[in-house]
Amino acid sequence: MITALAKEWLEQRRTHRLLIVCLVFVLFGLMSPLLAKFTPEIIKAVPGGEQIALIIPPPTVVDAVTQYIKNMTQFGLILAVLMGMGMVSQEKDKGTAAMMLAKPLDRTAFILAKPVALGISFLAGMILAAVAGYYYTLLLFEALPVGGWLALNGLLLVYFGVYAALTLLASTLNRSILVSGAVAVGFVIVLSLVEIIPAAGKLLTKGLLGWAANLALGIAGEPAWGALAVCLGLIAAALTASVLIFRRQEI
Amino acid sequence: MNAIQIEGLTKSFGKFRALDGLTLSVEAGAVFGFLGPNGAGKTTTLRILTGLAHADGGHAWLDGLEVGKSAEIPARIGYLPEDPAFYPWMTGMEALDTFCQIHGIAQPERKRRVGELLELAGLTEAGKRRVGGYSRGMKQRLGLAQALIHRPKVLLLDEPASALDPAGRKEVLSLIEGLRGQCTVFMSTHILADVERICDTVAIIDHGQLVINAPREALITRYAIPMLALEVDGVDQLANLAAEVRQMAWTTAVEVDNRRLTVTVNDLATAQRELLKLAVAAGLVVTHYEQVKPSLENVFLRIVANGKEERQS
Repeated sequence: MITALAKEWLEQRRTHRLLIVCLVFVLFGLMSPLLAKFTPEIIKAVPGGEQIALIIPPPTVVDAVTQYIKNMTQFGLILAVLMGMGMVSQEKDKGTAAMMLAKPLDRTAFILAKPVALGISFLAGMILAAVAGYYYTLLLFEALPVGGWLALNGLLLVYFGVYAALTLLASTLNRSILVSGAVAVGFVIVLSLVEIIPAAGKLLTKGLLGWAANLALGIAGEPAWGALAVCLGLIAAALTASVLIFRRQEI
Repeated sequence: MNAIQIEGLTKSFGKFRALDGLTLSVEAGAVFGFLGPNGAGKTTTLRILTGLAHADGGHAWLDGLEVGKSAEIPARIGYLPEDPAFYPWMTGMEALDTFCQIHGIAQPERKRRVGELLELAGLTEAGKRRVGGYSRGMKQRLGLAQALIHRPKVLLLDEPASALDPAGRKEVLSLIEGLRGQCTVFMSTHILADVERICDTVAIIDHGQLVINAPREALITRYAIPMLALEVDGVDQLANLAAEVRQMAWTTAVEVDNRRLTVTVNDLATAQRELLKLAVAAGLVVTHYEQVKPSLENVFLRIVANGKEERQS
């Protein structure tokens, strides 16, 4: 496992994935409170926007947190799918998996090292984004509870984990990177459709994000332990399915 | 004990039967040539032996361990695929170091082994460069180096010299030849000259079935087609001689190539006596006369053609 992980981590750095994740996250970590603060000013600057700006309530810390969650989830999801769709399928297609797996390297270690390395990149990006986002929110609005802010970012990592694990499964099922990407997008669409049902949404990523926002803002709300359990269960199920399928697969 | 034992291996891809009850054995220490036309099932066999593909039926053993049932096999084999693929962002040195780690080779042995293999592959200078910039020949040599990294008992090579230039091919073949007795080499190839040069045993497969498995010399002797060749000084009367030879009862086929006349015969003793007489009688000056030693290529083409005829009938 250590050798496989070392290889994956080197790949994260050499192929600039780590750099891209960090740049995107830190950029949106910084920009989210800025956008929340200056959106009315931006609208005012647009011809005819002054009237619209008048009806927009003055921005608050709630807007900063909402903007942060919105930006991070959107771009984090795109990164999870883009970086995950070739994880296994590309290696099968190019023949590098065959070179590695004809050696005494356990297939479970080979496949699990991939989401772990990607997770480390996401964690690094999230730490930078969290620091940047917290600092600018403090500067432009007010201090947020540190524990709640950390919990928000932790729950965002779980959110990315769900989509990264589903993308890994899509990549394991296919040999073509494009088909893997399409299947992963299919998973995202299905999950989004299921979340439209209120009872299901509460138990999926939607419930997780609502809880995350409350925690960051220090609002006493109902904890979404159920959503957390279901999301962690989805991650575990997708990873287990990927491993079981890959162990029997022809390379 | 046989290093490789294959019994009744079958594998289909949809309706296409890639392997159809393949059975063969390879003695330990042999340099074994695995021949067959395109689509005969060579690569499929190798992929099943490495565990990368699964057979539909039959069994195979490598170094006494059953394929698909023993987790120890990858540690005992070295495998070079037809088109070896490496991570383009790794250097040659890093690639070999990673493979050493997978095989559990610890430092300082790992560093020494990587250096040794880079030198063996002629990649010492290129070792610090990324593999993405390597030529196909360099990748092939790096592929051979990685297959040898842990001194395997059985070396499975799929077209090991196909991407190399003549000089590189010569080096790689010498390297493989040097492994005789140290490990068992199972080499699939379509380059018959390579097999003829280094393999001591040859198997020919066609349509997923073993056609023949025999020592190289025995195969050539068994399937030898008696042929005589003579070279003359001057080509003017050679066409007349060829026409005359074609009429003889002992002649099967006649081929004229510039000053050389090659005659395939069915009665070697008579032909040896008569051909030279006819040439002298035709007023030709014979500069060279020999009984042609059949090549493995002749044998291969004949065996495959016979198989085709049998299937068609």
